[in-house]
Amino acid sequence: MALEFRDPVRANALVAAIARTVAQIGRTVSVMHVCGSHEQAIARFGLRASFPANLNVIMGPGCPVCITDQPEIDEAVALAQAGVHIATYGDMVRVPGTAGSLADAQARGARVHTVYSVAQAVDLARGTSEQVVFFATGFETTAVATAAVVLAGVPDNFSVLSAHKYIPPVMEIVAEMPDSRVEGFLAAGHAATITGSAVFERFVQRHQVPVVVAGFEPLDILAALARLAELIRQRTPIVVNMFPRCVTEAGNTRAQTQLWQVFQTIGGRWRGIAHVPNGNLRLRDDWAHLDARRRFTIDTAALWDHAPSTFVRQCICGNIMAGIASPSDCPLFGGACVPDTPVGACMVSTEGACRIWHEYGGVPQLGGVSCPLS
Amino acid sequence: MCLGVPGRVVEVDDLIAVVDFWGVKRRVRLDIVDQPVAPGDYVLNHVGFAIRRIPPEDIATTLSLYEQLLQGNDADLMAADVASEIHGTRV
Repeated sequence: MALEFRDPVRANALVAAIARTVAQIGRTVSVMHVCGSHEQAIARFGLRASFPANLNVIMGPGCPVCITDQPEIDEAVALAQAGVHIATYGDMVRVPGTAGSLADAQARGARVHTVYSVAQAVDLARGTSEQVVFFATGFETTAVATAAVVLAGVPDNFSVLSAHKYIPPVMEIVAEMPDSRVEGFLAAGHAATITGSAVFERFVQRHQVPVVVAGFEPLDILAALARLAELIRQRTPIVVNMFPRCVTEAGNTRAQTQLWQVFQTIGGRWRGIAHVPNGNLRLRDDWAHLDARRRFTIDTAALWDHAPSTFVRQCICGNIMAGIASPSDCPLFGGACVPDTPVGACMVSTEGACRIWHEYGGVPQLGGVSCPLS
Repeated sequence: MCLGVPGRVVEVDDLIAVVDFWGVKRRVRLDIVDQPVAPGDYVLNHVGFAIRRIPPEDIATTLSLYEQLLQGNDADLMAADVASEIHGTRV
């Protein structure tokens, strides 16, 4: 069924359906999405104002910039300060590590380049004899691009510092968190274009929690939430693809093959979430010669004599990204921490919850994110 | 950024396509798209790589969201992300 854009009749019908289903469930329901673009769409189109008060739609750890942890940023900063060219995606440049960001290093003379595609970083390496490291951030949808250039061949002076992350394992972590009330997930439509909707089957089986793959138009999101609420009401833990124009069950197997030829999963920290088993992507041993961690000795300890500011200690980005606090819970939000002077990663990235809420003037009524009463 | 951006393929040379995004032409890599791509096709682009050839019957619906974003307020974060994908690299 095609969903027409800006169809108020259909939108109202979906909003009513959501309200009806949540009322039938008869208690507070919390669902989580894991996609910065979903949060942007929800905020931009004011969707939370249309949700019933006892429906919480929480943004989980779906901002790839925000969940890149300080030690990983420190590795990039240390390399930049050691004289290596660092190329990375735009927002990463401003995210603070333990002792400053890549932008700070650049201000002190380091060669830091913003690229829109990993292919640009490879071109940069072809144009110089100096070492170029691509600081590779982003989830699996972005990692496939890194894999593709590696397989296509890169010059000897190019290497990859992989901070790529893999989303399905973090959904497991969130589902297992003791204070998690999340009963269903929205999955990101374009990421699922690559992975396929079937990637969530195992998660759904293990945790008995439904997953609905959603597109990005307001009607797509409302329809997906209506379906998700219904699945929760019926206690039907299945994967439903509500974005068939972009997503199939199997996904893009050509892209998946390339991804897993180059990368393997290992456990690692996401900013704010202690450990995600299989949540990080690293280069396989076959590609050791292109792995910046093996090509260089990266000395991050030298950065750590910089004491973190008092603001940093008050930053609750970690809780926000884990979905147990919202931006308005943070004492720094909108005051000390604003887009021009960000303290935490959530305010830096266009996909960070804090940046989005700040941009769109906050959220009318979230309905209480942490520990709703049942 | 989760949101891929659709564009119309103008030229294909092996694994590189020239794609037109509302008048802005960009090189897009075809290494990971799982269908053959020809001039006139529409592809969904993410960080300079085509991730999907958009089926013809879905093109209009797919484009409509982006058209609204691009006509709107430039300070809008969603529009800004889309615009930055489009203007990333010019041919």
